[in-house]
Amino acid sequence: MNGDFKAGARDSIGILLGLIPFAIVFGIAADGAGLSTLQTVAMSAVIFAGTAQLVTVELIDANAGLAIVILTGVVINLRMLMYSASIAPHFTDYGKQTRAYLAYFLTDHVYAMSIAEYTNEAKSRNKRMYYLGLGVSIWVVWVATTAIGYLLGAGIPEELNLMFAVPLVFLAILVPAIDDAPQVVTALVSGVFAIAAAFAVAEFGLPQGLDLLIAAAIGIIAGVVSEEVMG
Amino acid sequence: MSEYTVLAIWGVILALGIATYLIRLSFIHLFGRINQVPARVKLFLKFVPAAVLAALVAPQLVTPSPDVAAMVLDERLFAGAVAAVVAWWRGDILLTIIVGMLALWTLQFGPELLL
Repeated sequence: MNGDFKAGARDSIGILLGLIPFAIVFGIAADGAGLSTLQTVAMSAVIFAGTAQLVTVELIDANAGLAIVILTGVVINLRMLMYSASIAPHFTDYGKQTRAYLAYFLTDHVYAMSIAEYTNEAKSRNKRMYYLGLGVSIWVVWVATTAIGYLLGAGIPEELNLMFAVPLVFLAILVPAIDDAPQVVTALVSGVFAIAAAFAVAEFGLPQGLDLLIAAAIGIIAGVVSEEVMG
Repeated sequence: MSEYTVLAIWGVILALGIATYLIRLSFIHLFGRINQVPARVKLFLKFVPAAVLAALVAPQLVTPSPDVAAMVLDERLFAGAVAAVVAWWRGDILLTIIVGMLALWTLQFGPELLL
């Protein structure tokens, strides 16, 4: 196996430990909403976006309108526009078809880990192979553990709060990424606005996911402004 | 149990799958024709990871409430703070998860075990 692919697969292990509980919880939720095994597995394989999948099955379970379900999923996944724009300069050497299949694996984790690896000048990785090592491993385990969660049903005690592993993964990626003062400003502003916006979304029945987009946009602007002020 | 028909659920999976893929492909496809990313765009992109990750994490640690004491004394916030220190100190995802989960369980079940 290619060394850089292997490095990506190895780096995915930490993420997988955070994602497996998420996939299992999604499988359980899909079972509760009345999806078939095939539909549940297909959702993980095709959409491959945990937050959007979880919200989608919750909305299906609540009998929300078809348009609302799809629109909400799209809004939640709009953040990937930012990932796509951010990672695109690293893929410009590849042909159209290669870029087309690389795009399919672009998740929160694959993006965050790849960008961290690409911007680390000490490591001269094959960008495509490292990215695929991460993406393929996460995809395979995500799809497989979704099925396990579906089959387990509601066997896992809810009191254990295994879903808490998900924000812990994001935290573990976020903290080392904050390396200067404007980044601190971005993280704090974005975090505070995310809490306020999550409250507003719940209170006023705004589309789920809109809070994330608004908070991140304000955080980015705060970072850019503070960078220009601090020089 | 949902009232969604089998066909409607497949429709959601397909529509959201295609839409999500097109979002992912968007700039990766477009930037192939441009060799240089404008400095202005780069400045904004630099802050994308911190902004998005902080926005994903923060609402999972704190629930807004008029009762500020209850808001700050959240078990998840404590566990998250401990995990953040571990992440800063070691930069290890697995270790961050283990310490964070143990901190949460200690705060949730510890008092019961002691009494």
